[in-house]
Amino acid sequence: MEVGNLADRRSSQLPVSPTSPPVVVAGVVVWLALFGFGLAGLYDRLAFGALNTSLGSYIPWGLWVSGYAWFSGLSSGCFFVSTLFYIFKVKQLQKVAPLALVLALITLIMGLLTIGFDLGHMNRAYRVFLHPNFRSVMAWVVWLYTAYFVLVIFETHFALRASLIHGRSLAGAAGATARLLTGGRREPLTGEEISRDNRKVRALAWIGIPLATVFTGGVGAEFATVAARDVWHTALYPILFLVGACLSGVALVTGLTAFFWPHRDDHWRMTVRLLGRIALGLLLLEVLLTWAELSIPMWFGVGQEYQELHYLLFGPYGWVFWIVQMGLGTLIPLILLVAGGGSCRATGWAGILVAVTFLATRLNLVMPGFFSPELSGLQYSYHDGRLLYSYVPSWPEWQLLAFVVALGVALYVIAVKTLPSLTGRDAA
Amino acid sequence: MSDNGGGTDGGEKLMSRRDLLTAGLALGVGFLTREVWTGLPAQAAANGPTVAGLAEIPVLAPPVDRWQEDVIVVMQRDLQRALSKPVEKRHWGMVIDLQRCVGCQGCTISCINENKLPPGVVYRPVIERTSGTFPNVSKQFMPRPCMQCDNPPCVPVCPVGATHKRPDGIVDIDYNACIGCRICISACPYGARTFDWGEFYGDMVLGGPLPFEEVPSLEYGKVWVREAGKSPIDNTRKCTFCIDRLQRGLLPACTDTCFGRATYFGDLNDPAALVNRVRQNREVNLLKPEMGTLPNVYYLL
Repeated sequence: MEVGNLADRRSSQLPVSPTSPPVVVAGVVVWLALFGFGLAGLYDRLAFGALNTSLGSYIPWGLWVSGYAWFSGLSSGCFFVSTLFYIFKVKQLQKVAPLALVLALITLIMGLLTIGFDLGHMNRAYRVFLHPNFRSVMAWVVWLYTAYFVLVIFETHFALRASLIHGRSLAGAAGATARLLTGGRREPLTGEEISRDNRKVRALAWIGIPLATVFTGGVGAEFATVAARDVWHTALYPILFLVGACLSGVALVTGLTAFFWPHRDDHWRMTVRLLGRIALGLLLLEVLLTWAELSIPMWFGVGQEYQELHYLLFGPYGWVFWIVQMGLGTLIPLILLVAGGGSCRATGWAGILVAVTFLATRLNLVMPGFFSPELSGLQYSYHDGRLLYSYVPSWPEWQLLAFVVALGVALYVIAVKTLPSLTGRDAA
Repeated sequence: MSDNGGGTDGGEKLMSRRDLLTAGLALGVGFLTREVWTGLPAQAAANGPTVAGLAEIPVLAPPVDRWQEDVIVVMQRDLQRALSKPVEKRHWGMVIDLQRCVGCQGCTISCINENKLPPGVVYRPVIERTSGTFPNVSKQFMPRPCMQCDNPPCVPVCPVGATHKRPDGIVDIDYNACIGCRICISACPYGARTFDWGEFYGDMVLGGPLPFEEVPSLEYGKVWVREAGKSPIDNTRKCTFCIDRLQRGLLPACTDTCFGRATYFGDLNDPAALVNRVRQNREVNLLKPEMGTLPNVYYLL
């Protein structure tokens, strides 16, 4: 048994644990504020469309498309974490695998909502299914993430079925949810049925790996295949999106496991440390790819990409790159993971920082494509508030994003409260 | 007797296998390239027509003489001739003479007027470029409509196929199919597509449309009234080469309006059309030809 360090022993005996009443009350208050703030954005979107956004025809995509890339990346990353147990049999991750699967589902819902709200005509989204144009990468991505969505639902069902049936006898919302999700089934699953379910989970996880890979790389390809935007038009973009997805997903699972796991025993400590090591490896890879993404086009100081990336790094929003993405999202997590002594608190904070600041990383991939006019002088040819080469997300845009985040947090809390097995609190 | 692939037979030297192969190869190559080294023209070898075989020598269309007839009248005749052809035989194109454009923006305004364009939507801005410093300064004005590319990058990116290349060359948008994802706007290398965000000029004073903004546009030959939640609001829009005017035998609004007679429009498939004849003996340019989009708007420098 590994002897934990002092920080770990202290963190498992915190006077204020994440589930203590003051923290819970504070969390509820913050959530209510976020949800209320977000409801205003939802109303604005439904009542006024995109009228109150800062988007324009020269910068047609912004916070919401970046948010979609952020959430969909979190989803596939969490899914890959679950496959570490379900496919690659990393025993240490057995207890967090169902949680990772549920997080994949929740973050995917968040991503689909965000991109749905970004459409000018949300009510016509069905046309991608009835009248798809399969030359379009976007059509492929829609079909792929729909298939991935269905797969994750089924995989989660089979992964949780045994413990849900056990949970029918629980009191309160947990028992009610279990009874709802298991229908009329009262008898516990037999060993044969559990094996069959596990085989189905494995099979779905196997199918899910290429599906999630292609879907996530496809999100990057939606940008990369656009030849008109020089800074996007690189083979590196799908790879950046894929690695970023893995990193952000692992980071999210790490952070939530580190701070919200009820049983802080040695098994929990080793799980968090393992997740931290995986996150560290992915973070280093992300640093390498970011260096490649920026240094190659900028090396000689000429070219359209140079202008756009120079504006990204040294323009008025350079702080989003240096402070948020590089500082909070890369350097501090690196220090915490390398010099944190393997402490679960340090690892947890690294995970939370990476997962939360990854929105900035996605913004810094999407926005540079719009920094330069397609034709020199176009920006001065016609004066209109919607024909500008500058963009700051408006309050309604932030509000709608806050609504989606609040919804995701609510779904996570509901899932954890009503499915005890997600946080290792098996009913059996 | 040593075997080196050859040998002697009764005193005569036999060909070695290698020599035989070499000779065969030489004969084969020689036969296949006989037209090159015999001097026979490939056309003659293929029995194609020769100058001596033509009944009459083709006569070139006369060069453009702007003092004879207003080019608008000439283009209207070209238009009637084109409209008498099946739609797939026409190929609409535009030529803009940058030496004649004075940057009045009349084309921009007439387009807005014709298509009832709201705030945020512009089909034909005029890009101004200034070079040099006083007193050695010059200005260049470049109207930029939709290029109506023959290899349009905006068409394949649409996930629902709402934008198409018509048989007559115009790239159109099905407003009722567009889901408003705006990837086509990102894909256009010319910035020719704009999004209708649902704004009205009357928003500031009336909180809604001014009376003139309630007049419908007639794009694509249909009646489009701008109302929240309905197309063309929350749709991508772009220059259509005034399809609805063409269908009524009228030139596009920008072409009709240009008092500098800098814009030419017509059927690129008709060698006698003015839109082709004006390109004689002028330096003709395209925007971003290296992208391979094959635009159908030519610029005369």
